[in-house]
Amino acid sequence: MLADKDRIFRNLYGRHDWRLAGARSRGSWDGTKQILERGRDGIIDEVKKSGLRGRGGAGFPTGLKWSFMPKTNDGRPHYLVVNADESEPGTCKDREIMRHDPHLLLEGCLIAGFSMAAHTAYIYIRGEFLHEAERVQAAIDEAYDARLIGKDNIHGWDFDIFLHRGAGAYICGEETALLESLEGKKGLPRLKPPFPANVGLWGNPTTVSNVESVAVAPDIMRRGGAWFASIGRPNNTGTKLFCISGHVDKPCTVEEAMGVPLRELIETHCGGVRGGWDNLLAVIPGGASVPLLPAEQCQNLPMDFDALRELKSGLGTAAVIVMDKSTDVIKAIARLAYFYKHESCGQCTPCREGTGWMWRVLSRMVRGEAQKREIDMLLEVTYQIEGHTICALGDAAAWPIQGLIRHFRPVIERRIDEFTARAKDDPVLEAAE
Amino acid sequence: MAVRRLAEQQPEGFVFDPQNLARAQREIAKYPPGRQQSAIIGLLWEAQNQNGGWLSEPAIRYVAEMLDMAYIRALEVATFYTMFNLHPVGTVAHIQVCGTTPCMLRGSEALMDICRHRIHHDQDHPSADGKFSWIEVECAGTCVNAPMVQIGSQVFEDLTPETFNRLIDDLDAGRPVTPGPQVARQLSEPEGGPTTLTDPSLYPGEPAPARKGTGRAKKKD
Ligand SMILES: Cc1cc2nc3c(=O)[nH]c(=O)nc-3n(C[C@H](O)[C@H](O)[C@H](O)COP(=O)(O)O)c2cc1C
Ligand code: SF4
Ligand code: FES
Repeated sequence: MLADKDRIFRNLYGRHDWRLAGARSRGSWDGTKQILERGRDGIIDEVKKSGLRGRGGAGFPTGLKWSFMPKTNDGRPHYLVVNADESEPGTCKDREIMRHDPHLLLEGCLIAGFSMAAHTAYIYIRGEFLHEAERVQAAIDEAYDARLIGKDNIHGWDFDIFLHRGAGAYICGEETALLESLEGKKGLPRLKPPFPANVGLWGNPTTVSNVESVAVAPDIMRRGGAWFASIGRPNNTGTKLFCISGHVDKPCTVEEAMGVPLRELIETHCGGVRGGWDNLLAVIPGGASVPLLPAEQCQNLPMDFDALRELKSGLGTAAVIVMDKSTDVIKAIARLAYFYKHESCGQCTPCREGTGWMWRVLSRMVRGEAQKREIDMLLEVTYQIEGHTICALGDAAAWPIQGLIRHFRPVIERRIDEFTARAKDDPVLEAAE
Repeated sequence: MAVRRLAEQQPEGFVFDPQNLARAQREIAKYPPGRQQSAIIGLLWEAQNQNGGWLSEPAIRYVAEMLDMAYIRALEVATFYTMFNLHPVGTVAHIQVCGTTPCMLRGSEALMDICRHRIHHDQDHPSADGKFSWIEVECAGTCVNAPMVQIGSQVFEDLTPETFNRLIDDLDAGRPVTPGPQVARQLSEPEGGPTTLTDPSLYPGEPAPARKGTGRAKKKD
């Protein structure tokens, strides 16, 4: 288990003071000026050395991403945009950072912003997080009052931080949709290229980073990239917030070492799988968008990017959704299909039409009211959507269904057999409306 | 995609009251000159709050004019973002029940059954006395405290049919309610006490945090 002294989020559960005084007593805003004095390259090199990979889901190396911002200034302002949209089902970690450790995030904004020559950061927070938004705003106000940020602040780099609220749209977590939304439009993802580092917010160089990615930066700078890199294994380093939901005795959010074995994670912090480890049916290891894994694959499973990718799943946002043997796994995935149908922005035909089609077919499969050949038809449709859309929501809608068919095809077939045995006539195909 | 239309019956007009006008101006000031359109979500929030929890057509038009936007662009935003209610909602509570899989695995369907019986069979229809309405929403970002409902700015977590029924009773009777986990638990910590962050040396000058098994802690929230 990760030692307490190696934890970054020391007020994860809100048992301590979240205000500036409390944050300072836990080390925030300590030596920030010296950190900035190391220069843009000094910061980016340290973050690279830490091996930090983006905590928003895709796992792209953070130092590298921050280095993409133009090195010479062509007169356009640079922007840091913090992705606090946190809408991936199963994920509720950024919430804890924002309501309990907001100063880690703000100090991270200054450090990250400085490293990309940005004088302004916008924090885009999902509309549902009202309480969290109040907290972050209060912390921003404290930081201005203490001249930690703002014009002529004590750190010598003019820096503004603004909070921007959303209003209910999963798609605004996708970074280019987020920028559209920040510009006051519908959250429709943009075609890439151009990438935001060149053409982002209002056409200016912009980097979008997740709350957790930004909030760990101050600790990386203070304790050193080597410290962060010493936790976990190469290419999968550092500490990570895990959110464990579903059928465990004590669901919770916890900071652990990257690569912690799934079983240890569940048994140490969550009181075990409901009804015991042998009662485990399947786990979705990284939020709704990644394929589930059946219990057999969960026995010795390190929770990191590469180990999960090898099993054709992913670490995603490290939101672990646990399902015990009482779960109707077809229904669990059908409900996710409904989610993607509901959240598709509608720009691309494969996604707009496909998500609804897949949901309707899966809904019939929940009842068993389907033909077995439709299973392969459904799989084929997922491949038609995957990779053929503007943004990754299309892929995200396809993958959970591919996982279901990969691991639980016999369950779908049995359901169909049971329905057919009860039915008088052949069930009708009624997918396309 | 969700199909969302404006209500058929609309009020005559809309203007911000002075307090909300000041708030709206603070929102606009967050963005560079000429980029005032960025404030639209913030302004629609103010409008919805002032209007009893829903957005009317005149309010959307008013916000569009204030931001110098084409009306259709503002209408697009109002209909795209699902937290903007386009129909009148319950006067006491508009209950948003999360129905996504992590909440479903822990019993959200039972909560929605209660809504169907006690409020209205259909979503987005106020109850007979006009006090309550309900809607199924997608993941609200509190999944380790599932199942949950959100009412305005407050979230009620770790619900059971019993505690949810009691919540509706309390709201109906005008009794005070306490948001957060509805079981003995400190926010997203494991029930029964933390398994981490127990080393007192992390918190110089503070009393040691409660150990495992101490039950409900006093909230600093
Ligand atoms: C449909 C969709 C939804 C997303 N939602 C979020 C989100 O809620 N929060 C987030 O940080 N990233 C989200 N992402 C990933 C972002 O596009 C982006 O990769 C991320 O914010 C980058 O931050 P990072 O490099 O720190 O991970 C989403 C991506 C897609 C395709
Ligand atoms: S893939 Fe779906 S959500 Fe993404 S841009 Fe296309 S229609 Fe919109
Ligand atoms: S699934 Fe209900 S809050 Fe996340």
